[in-house]
Amino acid sequence: MMRLEATGLALPGRLDETGLTLAAGEMTCLIGPNGSGKTSLLHALAGIGHPAGEVRIDGADPRRAIAARRARLIAYLPATRELRWPLAARDLVLLGGADEGEALAAMSDLDLEAVADRRVDRLSTGERSRVLIARALAPRPRLLLLDEPTANLDPLWQIRLMDMLKLSLREHDQTALVAIHDLDAAARFGDRLIVMDKGQIAADGTPQAIFAGPWIADIFGIEKRDGVWQPAA
Amino acid sequence: MRATLSLLSSLLVAAFLLSLLLPWAPLAALFEQDRDLAWGVLAELRLPRAALALIYGAALGASGAAIQALFANPLASPDLTGTTSGAALGAVVTAYLIGFSSPIALSVGAVAGALGALALLLLLAGPRAETATLLLAGLAISALAGALTTLALALAPSPFAFYDAYDWLMGSLADRSLAQTAFAGVPALVMIVWLLRLVRPLDSLALGEEVAQSLGHDILGLRIRIVCLTALGVGACVAICGAIGFIGLVAPIFARRLSHSHPGRAILPAAAIGALLLIAADLVSRLAPLGRTLPIGVVTALLGAPFFLWLVAHMRWRLGAS
Repeated sequence: MMRLEATGLALPGRLDETGLTLAAGEMTCLIGPNGSGKTSLLHALAGIGHPAGEVRIDGADPRRAIAARRARLIAYLPATRELRWPLAARDLVLLGGADEGEALAAMSDLDLEAVADRRVDRLSTGERSRVLIARALAPRPRLLLLDEPTANLDPLWQIRLMDMLKLSLREHDQTALVAIHDLDAAARFGDRLIVMDKGQIAADGTPQAIFAGPWIADIFGIEKRDGVWQPAA
Repeated sequence: MRATLSLLSSLLVAAFLLSLLLPWAPLAALFEQDRDLAWGVLAELRLPRAALALIYGAALGASGAAIQALFANPLASPDLTGTTSGAALGAVVTAYLIGFSSPIALSVGAVAGALGALALLLLLAGPRAETATLLLAGLAISALAGALTTLALALAPSPFAFYDAYDWLMGSLADRSLAQTAFAGVPALVMIVWLLRLVRPLDSLALGEEVAQSLGHDILGLRIRIVCLTALGVGACVAICGAIGFIGLVAPIFARRLSHSHPGRAILPAAAIGALLLIAADLVSRLAPLGRTLPIGVVTALLGAPFFLWLVAHMRWRLGAS
């Protein structure tokens, strides 16, 4: 069973310590308003921008691993889907550090075989998003850090992707931290929710516990009335 | 890509030989009269010129590809980012202070000028600049360096110094010694070899700076290395041959067709294409029936500017279409 432990992460709101432990096979959803520090937390774990603190995957610091091995430890999917160079979809997936077979498997999982040789700037927004997701998933990294993975995907693909991720986490002993704005999706797919507020972790627990508590109304300013989310009274 | 690279290298060998042997008639006549003199002409006049065209062209192509990969922008190049004009300014100021006689001082001055221009650009435009910001900042730096170069020329101590500097600024491969060739060639070669070791991180930049960092590449270190290396390679060539434009822009654009748009993997083919283009431009400048040799900077600008205009129009059209 893999285990991720992070301590002393310097996040905008709390410069001293933010710590986190994630277990294998679990999908943890990261929720919080805009600017609450979700992306900062993902960056700190991914080692983007020389962050402070310690990250350990099974006891070893993945941020010290050489590039070739690191792709199999951590994958980070940014929220932006912007691409500057018109690479072929397959070439883009291969840049993520997977071998040919893994790249093809990930592309076939995401139904991208037909567009493998097409330039990414000529794909639809949804296809391009799936190519970028395939890039992150292909090397089967131990820790997946995904920023809004379902953005730009149609409803069917949103469900297929999350189901596929959950299956992959269990089968391949991986763990995922998924920043997501859709609270219903977080409740449905998350094994655990972490609520971010003002740059720190405000709450951490099962979806049932989080939704039963005061955090959603307090932090997001919304509540569920008649089965739909509405601004809190 | 392997087949295309071997085709490119055979073309390069052919072009290099042509550059040594053309124009053929005076060389053949000389071989009939005085064999030793003919060998001397070949070794001391034509060889440095052909070698400089090869190495300067390769340096421009490789540095252009690296700068474009770094800025994630197909319009970045040593001339548009102010590297070349910064190097020219550095060399002119050095020449003004101590004369044109010392190639080492000129090289150091040019490399310092190029480094200053690139550092200023990174400061002004940022590492992932939008095309417009990058071009504006590059334009401003080029204009500033150009104005300061003109000022240095206007304050030249003598008309001869002015003429020397002006002639050199136009860019020329003629009448350089083997020693001068080495002064340009060694730093340029160091730059190319080192850039080729940075192909993987530069390719991973195609996924965005954050993803490249998450994959374990030190982007800040990469940026510093590329800035220093291109300043070294291009600066040393500018110090010996003056500023030659457009090759650093055009060669990587062709090269990425061969590297399937991989920005880092384009470095090697860009070096080959840059060398090929500069040897061809040099042949045109020598063989054009105008009674005298054209400055090579003029030839590359005359050929390159229309291509650049086409590129801008093409990009505008594509952006408008999407």
